[in-house]
Amino acid sequence: MTPPRRYPAVIAALVAMAASGCANSANSPTAEITVFAAASLQKTFTQLGKQFEAANPGTSVVFNFGGSSDLVAQLQQGAPGDLFASADTVTMDKAVTDALIAGEPSVFATNSMEIAVPPGNPADVDSFAALADPDVTVVVCAPQVPCGAATVAIEENTGVTLSPVSEESSVTDVLGKVTSGEADAGIVYVTDVKAAGDTVETIEIPVAVNATNRYPIGVLAGSGSPELAEHFQDFVLGPQGQQVLADAGFGGP
Amino acid sequence: MATRAARLDVPGWLFVPAVAGSLFIILPLAAMLTRVDWADFPELITSPGARTALLLSLKTSSVATGLCLLFGVPMAIVLARTTFRGQDVVRSLVLLPLVLPPVVAGIALLYTFGRRGLFGQTFEAFGVQIAFSTTAVIMAQTFVAMPFLVVSLEGALRSMGPRYEAVAATLGARPTTVLRRVTLPMVLPAVASGAVLSFARALGEFGATITFAGSLQGTTRTLPLEIYLQREVDADSAIALSLLLVVVAALVIGLARRSATAT
Repeated sequence: MTPPRRYPAVIAALVAMAASGCANSANSPTAEITVFAAASLQKTFTQLGKQFEAANPGTSVVFNFGGSSDLVAQLQQGAPGDLFASADTVTMDKAVTDALIAGEPSVFATNSMEIAVPPGNPADVDSFAALADPDVTVVVCAPQVPCGAATVAIEENTGVTLSPVSEESSVTDVLGKVTSGEADAGIVYVTDVKAAGDTVETIEIPVAVNATNRYPIGVLAGSGSPELAEHFQDFVLGPQGQQVLADAGFGGP
Repeated sequence: MATRAARLDVPGWLFVPAVAGSLFIILPLAAMLTRVDWADFPELITSPGARTALLLSLKTSSVATGLCLLFGVPMAIVLARTTFRGQDVVRSLVLLPLVLPPVVAGIALLYTFGRRGLFGQTFEAFGVQIAFSTTAVIMAQTFVAMPFLVVSLEGALRSMGPRYEAVAATLGARPTTVLRRVTLPMVLPAVASGAVLSFARALGEFGATITFAGSLQGTTRTLPLEIYLQREVDADSAIALSLLLVVVAALVIGLARRSATAT
């Protein structure tokens, strides 16, 4: 049996750990902002945050990445933040309606859709229309989420109706079904395909019928340091920010 | 069942952590109740999407529980009543889904029964397509739920001990007769409570399902998946469906407890 004497030691250790955790956050540089950003921006924004900190010594940019609608829900519940970047205008509109945003949000990037197929393209998919073939297993996002809404828009633009075998809640799940070879094709964002590298092949969807998601950014009304937040927003909209976004496959605003 | 023992006095300080622990579990459920949009509640839980999802959940969880009984009861008996080399290793491995994150379970199933998995080609040769089918949902649920039945039944068998079975055998009963007339009747309450645990686990299954089976209304989108999707667009609907799931789970556990204490 463990002598009961040990428990106070364990508790003391836990308290010490918690205290040191608090101390760390209190030791932060003079100016810090928290950016709420859509999950699809994780790679680019992390990189931009580092570049911004290097260019502006004494500043610190902290990120909270998540699904755009989750982030708005957190902000509605009073989560403290300085800047919000959403993956679609609908979600940003929600934040604007709830008076969470100070001023007018600006669009800083766009993202369009592409067909992802497993390496070797086992079902010989060559166009969006080919996905209507009942022998082709197609996975898409559910219409309730932004990537699914974009897929529905492409179906309307092309007049091709898909019968997907699965409607996933996130684009990551769609991509997962394609990279594992479960599905013959999936409709995902251009940036996801770029990040997936060699694990998938792609078939482009013509610009004329493609759907474009616009990514808006806006300073939060509850921001404690709105000037620094605006500074970072300008950095994202500026040449350096736009270059990093373009490298990841995002389109210009 | 053993006769009810006289109530033991427990140290008073035990109530402090016990009550704190209970509150920790009960409060979030109560908090959910405060956020339910009661005016639209009936409409929200009877929407076509919700009804289809609930029906699919009940159907798949029932079949999964059946499979858990079919395979889990023999597994528990073999583990509890026999000895063989590597038994401890086998026990640890078959109980692994208890501690495995469900997403990992889904990935494992994908690489076993998926189209490019270990046996995917075999199944496809027979014209059986598991991917994105209701079968995949049932497999995911059975995978994560079976250990609950095995672990509770094996525990019951061990604490009961083999003496009654040994007596039956010395009186000339064949192994199958012993199993049917002695072993199973004695552990029936444990089988029932194990089955309930499995059913409850299958009902709440999310991670393995979304990874392995996908999400399509009426085919693979069970109630937890519907809740996750509704959360994206309609928080009220997600909360209403969550409450529905909690009520169904509570009913199952309550009914099972009542029937267990009755036997």
